[in-house]
Amino acid sequence: MEQTAMAFVTSVLAAAVAAGTPILYAALGEVVTERSGVLNLSLEGTMLVGAVSGFLVTVRTGSLAAGVVAAAVAGGLIAALHAFLTVTLKVNQVVSGLSLTLFGTGVSGYLGKPVIGVPTPVSFKPVVVPGLARIPVLGDVLFNQDILVYASYVLVVALWFFFYRTRPGLHMQSVGESPETADALGINVFATRYAYTIIGGMLTGIGGSYLSLAYAPSWIEYMTAGRGWIAIALVIFAVWNPLRAMLGAYLFGGIDALGFRIQVLGAIIPSFFLKMMPYIFTIAVLIFATARSRNYRIGAPAALGVPYERE
Amino acid sequence: MTEDARKVTTGTAAPTGATRAAEAEGPTGAAGAAGAVGGIGEVRAAGGTEEAGAAGSTGEARAAGGAGAGGAAPGRALAGWSIKVEKRPEISPFWMAMAPVISVAMALVCGGIFLRLTGYDPFEVYRLMFKGAFGSRYGLVETVVKATPILLATIGVSVAFRMLLWNIGAEGQIYMGAFAASWVALSHPGWPPFVLLTAMFIAGAVAGALWALLPALPRAIWGVNEIITTLMLNYVAIYWVDYLVYGPWKDPKGFNFPLTPQFSNAAWLPCLGNTRIHLGLVFGLVAAVAVSVMLSRTRWGYEIRVIGENPAAARYAGMNIPRNVVLVMLLSGAIAGIAGMGEVAGITHRLQHGISPGYGYTAIIVAWLAKLNPAGIVVTSFLFGGLLVAGYAVQIFGIPADIATMLQGSLLFFVLGGEALARYRVKLVRAGGPAGRAASVTPRLGTG
Repeated sequence: MEQTAMAFVTSVLAAAVAAGTPILYAALGEVVTERSGVLNLSLEGTMLVGAVSGFLVTVRTGSLAAGVVAAAVAGGLIAALHAFLTVTLKVNQVVSGLSLTLFGTGVSGYLGKPVIGVPTPVSFKPVVVPGLARIPVLGDVLFNQDILVYASYVLVVALWFFFYRTRPGLHMQSVGESPETADALGINVFATRYAYTIIGGMLTGIGGSYLSLAYAPSWIEYMTAGRGWIAIALVIFAVWNPLRAMLGAYLFGGIDALGFRIQVLGAIIPSFFLKMMPYIFTIAVLIFATARSRNYRIGAPAALGVPYERE
Repeated sequence: MTEDARKVTTGTAAPTGATRAAEAEGPTGAAGAAGAVGGIGEVRAAGGTEEAGAAGSTGEARAAGGAGAGGAAPGRALAGWSIKVEKRPEISPFWMAMAPVISVAMALVCGGIFLRLTGYDPFEVYRLMFKGAFGSRYGLVETVVKATPILLATIGVSVAFRMLLWNIGAEGQIYMGAFAASWVALSHPGWPPFVLLTAMFIAGAVAGALWALLPALPRAIWGVNEIITTLMLNYVAIYWVDYLVYGPWKDPKGFNFPLTPQFSNAAWLPCLGNTRIHLGLVFGLVAAVAVSVMLSRTRWGYEIRVIGENPAAARYAGMNIPRNVVLVMLLSGAIAGIAGMGEVAGITHRLQHGISPGYGYTAIIVAWLAKLNPAGIVVTSFLFGGLLVAGYAVQIFGIPADIATMLQGSLLFFVLGGEALARYRVKLVRAGGPAGRAASVTPRLGTG
């Protein structure tokens, strides 16, 4: 009995990491973008475009790497559009993000129509990390995953180091906090915002491809089911910190995984209520995070969402 | 500020501290720029090489290159293309008026290229789309039918947008309005038509308003981001309706389809002649007029506009922003809720899965395309109703109906971009040497 309970916990935690990974990529992308002062609300659409392009390319070429690269490029293109509209043309960032969300949703539905129900020739499979996987519980949870999950661990640490320990990282933050000062210091505010918005979009696109190439793995219309928006909420919850974003993503993944498990176990709760859980949880977490940081705006880049006008 | 010149560097271009300094220095011109090279060069050189290396690895386009080279070769770093964006000295009313037309044309051209690349004949597809939506009596009627909920939802969200309150939750508010109206219709089938329809109308509006109140309160009290909360509640509302129509409310004689039994005739909204155009259209037009009058003629409308345009001024003037957040969200949700009531009472005559195929999201686009102007919203809703019908029309020919969603999204960003371009001028400039650059920069700044 003890053993089966343990196995259940381990399997839920492992599923939480897998379910949290697409959200984690998108949230990391948004952290990067927002730290440079740009609010990109198009994550939901960008993830969908990433998911469909990754899937299409992998089906055509049989290569997972090509699929992930395609997803990153597609995500970067959507983000570049956002950057052009908001950084160069100074269009309202919220409106631009929303229009790109709809655009991305439409594009993904249109491109994906022919491959609905088509199986992928290959998909990401768990790779056991020798040694580390022997750690009780944690080994199975963290080190019996696929390569994209391992890449996300590296990314979290790398981003943390980049933000807090490197000069370009500090420059990026200064652009998000006070573009006037950054400009006076000789940092090109516009180029910086372009670069990080595009990098953020690329990461979001990869997050989408995780859904279609590893998590599902298949293409289903609107398969992100709000994960892009959850990622945006997560950024606020994580106070723009990559390590906390990781924690938060797995928490959301856990809710997702647990709901699914309960459904499988045949509980009396109708599945529709279980499906509502991640969204209600997101709202609760957002209220909690905002109420806590009220009046301080802890961690939010001061110039977030404000277009920079050079005098 | 008469002139606003700024540069966005492309990947290849590399403005160094020198150019920036030249701009900051302004009228002093080339001499000032030359003088500034040293100073900036020193600052940059401090972290020069390591910075350039790291920047390269992240693909960052910011040009630390000049500094990495010790600031000694600004001329080399300046060679390349750069995009210059500057505010037009005067905005031509002609171009301002033409901007939407050109933008729509551009969106269609882009959509056409996309169709071409995916193996369709764009002209044929557009012809079929136009014919499907506007080319027949049936098409026109369907266009109006689809425009009705879009119109109501758009009027709803536009009130909130006026205050820069991002109600992205019209979709959920439509579902909750439809749910509440259905609840009244199913529980009181025997009421006389006028009484029952009035009760359904009120129930729909109240349910939509309450659904909008859920995100409005945390926003008013703690400043919780309403974009995310309103959007998350859309999913919750859709699952709630799904739960009912797949579960307790399912029609036992409905062959297991996710829908409720049909309402009694008393709960059907009257239609125009024998068409499917129902009284909901009148609700929408009345709402448009009422909101227009409210915004332009009443004190409350004035407060909403001031808060939207200048929250700081509104606060100094003693306007109660949290109270307005709650009231505006209630109104916004109520109007969207009425859209949901209209769908179940006027079209489906029952509650069913997918009662709104995204009208609440379309509303966001329509609101901005119409610049939140109620009269513009009426016209744009009609066009977008047509776009939806057109999408369904080409589906028969194997073309995904998503083409309509795609065009919706691209229309908005082309129009946004087009308007910005009417106000700004984007130039691709071949930067020469430092002298050439300085010459091209300083005169413009001289007036600024």
